[in-house]
Amino acid sequence: MRFKNLRELVELCGRESQTISGIMIQDQAAESGQSEAEILAAMNEYYQIMKSAVHKGLTEDIVSTSGLTGGDAKRVEAYRGGGEASVGDIACQAMAYALAVSEVNASMGRIVATPTAGSCGIIPGVFVSSQERFGWEDEHLVRGLFSAGAIGYVIANNSFISGAEGGCQAEIGSAIGMAAGAMVELRGGTPEQAVHAVGLALKNTLGLICDPVGGLVEIPCIVRNGFGAVNALAAADMALAGVRSAIPSDEVIDVMLEVGSAMPSRHRETAQGGLAQTPTGRKIMKELRSRKK
Amino acid sequence: MRFKNVFSIIGPAMIGPSSSHTAGAVRIGRFARQLLGDLPAQAAICFYGSFAETYSGHGTDLAVVGGILDYLTDDERIRHSLQDAAEQGIKVTFSTGVQPGAHPNTVKIKLTGADGRHTEVTGASIGGGTIVIRSIDGFEVKCSGELPTLVVSHTDRQGVLAGITALFSREYVNIGYIITDRKGRTGEALTVVEADSSIPPELMEAISFLEHVSQVAYIDLTR
Repeated sequence: MRFKNLRELVELCGRESQTISGIMIQDQAAESGQSEAEILAAMNEYYQIMKSAVHKGLTEDIVSTSGLTGGDAKRVEAYRGGGEASVGDIACQAMAYALAVSEVNASMGRIVATPTAGSCGIIPGVFVSSQERFGWEDEHLVRGLFSAGAIGYVIANNSFISGAEGGCQAEIGSAIGMAAGAMVELRGGTPEQAVHAVGLALKNTLGLICDPVGGLVEIPCIVRNGFGAVNALAAADMALAGVRSAIPSDEVIDVMLEVGSAMPSRHRETAQGGLAQTPTGRKIMKELRSRKK
Repeated sequence: MRFKNVFSIIGPAMIGPSSSHTAGAVRIGRFARQLLGDLPAQAAICFYGSFAETYSGHGTDLAVVGGILDYLTDDERIRHSLQDAAEQGIKVTFSTGVQPGAHPNTVKIKLTGADGRHTEVTGASIGGGTIVIRSIDGFEVKCSGELPTLVVSHTDRQGVLAGITALFSREYVNIGYIITDRKGRTGEALTVVEADSSIPPELMEAISFLEHVSQVAYIDLTR
C-alpha cells in the first residue's frame, strides 16, 4: 500500500483527486494482482453476508451458544416501531441492526469480521440502516467498505485491532472509527473530513478495556456494538458539520497503542478483570463451567 | 506491516464468535493440516495465554479442529467439528501451557498421521483472523498463510536455496517472502517460501527432487 498513516492517505487522495475508497481499491488491486472488478466482487459478497446477518438477527429467535444472550436486537427494533426512541429513529435503527449482527455472531452464525468478530455489528449497523434511509445502491456501500478498510488498515498497522493485544478500544473503538470515516465518505464528505471523524471517534473509546464475562463475546460486547453504531453516526455528523479532531487522528491512534500496551493483562480479553470479575460476572462464569462438566 | 491486505481488515467471512479465537484458530489448524498433507490420526492441541483462559467459551477448540478437517472459516460444520473428527477416527487431545513472551493468542498443534509421520506448528492469532506461524517442527519461522506457501525440509548445504529460487524463477512464480532456519551448520534446515501466485504441482515436484531436499509441503489458505 502507498500509505502508512492517515495523513499520507489524505495527501494521496488530494494528489490523485481520489476518494479514500478509490485509493484503497487501486492499492489492493496492485498488492493482490487481482483486477478491481475481482476485488469489488469479493467485497460485495461480504456485504451480502452482512445484510443477511442483519436480517437473521431481526427476524429469527437468536440465542447465543451459551444461552446467556439473544433477543435484544428484536427488542430494540420493536421499541423503535413505537416511534419514541430517545436517540431518534435513525440512530435507534442503526443500534438495532448492530445488535442483530452481534447476536448472530454470538450464536456461531455467519458474519464478516469488521475488523474483528467482537466488533462485527458496528459497520453493518451503520451501513445497512443508512442504505435504507438514503436509498443507496449496494455498489455505493461496497465502495464504503474499502474506505472503512483503509482506515482499519492504518489503525491495525500502527496500533492494534484485537482485544487481547489492546483492549476493547482496539476492537469496538477501531470499528467505530472505521464506520465513522466511511460514513463521511458515503455522504459526500472530503477525505480530510473522514479522517477527522476517525480521530473524533477514537478519542471517545480510548482506554476501553476488554472484559468479557466468562471470556465470551457476549457481555458486554453485544451492547457495545449497539452503542458503537450510534457513536459512529455521531462522529460522522460532527466531522460533516466541520468539527475537526484537534489532536490529529494519527496521534490519537498512537495513544491507543500507548494505552493498550500499558493495559494489564486482566483487562485484555482474559476474563480475569473488569465486568468478568464482578460478583455477578463470576457467578455466571461458575454456572457456565459447571454446566460444561 | 503486520496487516497487508484490506480483506484482513474487512473479513474474513466467518462463523462466530471471535475472529482471533475462532477464525484465526481455524486458519492455524488448516495450516497444520495442510503441512501434514493428510487427515491426521491424532491431534494434540496446546493453548497458551488468552487462548488457554477462554478457549472453550469461544469455541477455539471447535475452530482448531475444524481447521484440521480443512474447513474454511465460514463453514457451518465448525459448530460440530469435534463430533466430525471423532467420526473420522481422529484422536484429539487438548491441554494448556505457559510460554513466557508468547503472543497472548498462541496455539501449538501436533499432528500425527496414520503412517506415523508427524508435524508440529505453533501459531499466533493476532486479530481479525490474521495469523502468524512462529514455528514449524522446531524451526523458527514467520509466515502468515495469506499467500500460497511452500515449506521445504532440507539439509543445510550450499546451493539448496539457489536451487529452490531458480525453480521458482523458471516457473515464473514470484517469491514474496522467504525465510530459512537451521538446527546447526550442515544440519537440518527448513525454508518457507510465500509466493505471489499459486504454486503449480510441477514446481513442487521439481523442488522435491532437488539434492538435499527431504520433504516439501504446500499450504494454500487462500482457497
